[in-house]
Amino acid sequence: MSGRQGVALALTGGLLVAAPLFVGDYVLSVLIVFLLAAYLGQCWNIMMGFAGQLSLGHALYYGLGAYTAAALFVHFDTLSWFGIVAGAALAALAAGVIGALSFQFAVTGVYFALLTIAFDEFTRILFDHFDWVGGTAGLFLHVAQVKGTDLLHLRGSPTMFYYVLLALSAGVLWLSRALLRRRIGFYWLAIREDEPAAAALGIDTFWMKLVAVTLSGALTALAGGVMAFYDNNLYPDTIFATSSSVEIITAPIIGGMGTLFGPIVGAFLLTTMGEAMTDFGAAWGVPGLKQWLYGGALVAIVLLQPAGVWPWLCDRLGLGAERR
Amino acid sequence: MPGWVNFVVAGLLTGAVYGLMALGLSVIFGVVRVVNFAHGEMMVLAMYGVILLQHWLGLDPLVSAPVVAMALFALGYALQRGLLNRFIARPEHQQFLLMLGIAGLLTSSMLMVFGPDTASVETSYALDSYEVGPLILDKVRVFAASGAVLSMALLWAFFRMSRTGKAIRACADNPTGAAVAGLDVGRFYATAFGIGAACVGASGTFLLLLVDVQPYLGASYTLLSFIIVIIGGLGSMPGALLGGLLVGVSEGLSAYFVSPSLKSLFSYGLLILVLLVRPQGLLGRRA
Repeated sequence: MSGRQGVALALTGGLLVAAPLFVGDYVLSVLIVFLLAAYLGQCWNIMMGFAGQLSLGHALYYGLGAYTAAALFVHFDTLSWFGIVAGAALAALAAGVIGALSFQFAVTGVYFALLTIAFDEFTRILFDHFDWVGGTAGLFLHVAQVKGTDLLHLRGSPTMFYYVLLALSAGVLWLSRALLRRRIGFYWLAIREDEPAAAALGIDTFWMKLVAVTLSGALTALAGGVMAFYDNNLYPDTIFATSSSVEIITAPIIGGMGTLFGPIVGAFLLTTMGEAMTDFGAAWGVPGLKQWLYGGALVAIVLLQPAGVWPWLCDRLGLGAERR
Repeated sequence: MPGWVNFVVAGLLTGAVYGLMALGLSVIFGVVRVVNFAHGEMMVLAMYGVILLQHWLGLDPLVSAPVVAMALFALGYALQRGLLNRFIARPEHQQFLLMLGIAGLLTSSMLMVFGPDTASVETSYALDSYEVGPLILDKVRVFAASGAVLSMALLWAFFRMSRTGKAIRACADNPTGAAVAGLDVGRFYATAFGIGAACVGASGTFLLLLVDVQPYLGASYTLLSFIIVIIGGLGSMPGALLGGLLVGVSEGLSAYFVSPSLKSLFSYGLLILVLLVRPQGLLGRRA
């Protein structure tokens, strides 16, 4: 990381840590949406950006995390974090099974992407008929009036959720950086660039890909679990929707796949523009402006700057290339 | 006669329309090697076209089918010529993302123009049916399936007999060789994408006789097309029809024996199974 990048990171980090002190409720809720998008984008980035495995079904892991945490809480009144970790474990298992099956049977490229969608849609319909978690009618968490902040039970003000998401996002940023500097990070990049060549060099591509998929799935599920306690309601048709998966992948693509800060930059751009669009849409009575923005942003970035906004920005601001 | 027989026959008829829809995807992939993630969205666009034609001119959907197919041909041709031809040599995930973006743009644009409510066409024969022995066949289903089978027959003849069709097949088999032989590969790619779009346009017209439409339906039809094409074998014309019939029957049977809301579960299950066990599809050849 170059000196200027370090300064930029420190400034941004400080600003984000201090933000709840001086912003209002509305801006805080937007920042929560931004941090969630950034975090999910970072998780997806591990799998696609680093290891080159295109998942178009990440809503599956988010949903498994959210539903596990919420169902354990509703039915057994377990500690919130227990459910969240259990959800991450379940998602890791699901991702591991999907990954192992695909890699064993040599399902690659578009077939792999479609397989991830198929598993997500399959699960969505299962949950539609899974009465224990409410089916299509949804699952609701009873909202207790909590005074102050109860981090252990994950009950409290939006400010608490803001800091939890900020910590998650910072954590996965650190993790991504650490992984990229280790052996496995170089293996992943080799697999992404040329898998047969990587295998020929003696890299165990099966296991390396499996680690990327499992890690990405488990981390994604963590956010699902946390957000279950923020939203307090879950519906299979929104959580597992393919459009949710596309929303997850848009931010890292806009920002720059395979870079450390790309998903965060992309999430910031998309969230601010998306909120503006939602407001305009409500004011003018036009539905769908936000989805239009997401579609338009995807087309524009692929046409104009396929590497993403962040590498271009680094270049322009003289931040230097992202070094690890 | 057991009750499920009628469901199987209805499933076969619907499946023929699915087959035409998936054939469009198969042609586009087989020739241009572009994975059309906006396939269902293009079909929904065609469906709204049919509704507008009926609203303005009072046209019956069966009459507007060729009109809509031609409009979709023009759209597909322009899309390939103006945009996608530049992406042939780029990494394939960039194509996917571009098509996903186009799909999102189409869906949200239709949402803005037509609103979120469902819409449908009205026909004088909507509630009529034929009785063939113990079988009861809905007229709309028979018309839709006949239209789809006729379209597929025309397409087959086009690819086998016309010079353009043969040229497109040459471009699909070996683009470099075709270019060396003097064919304008970019133009034939555009024609092929146009033909695929026309297929999905026509199938949308026929399907509109059977279902209602709303802007968000696109994604599920895109997926359904992929399921069918992968089951039958990507790039295989008979495979698309076979896959369509299989999915149609599986939907009919699961609606009868289990629950209509679970019908796509079996299609996704079938897809996962085929992808893992026989990724080239039932009638496809390994690449």
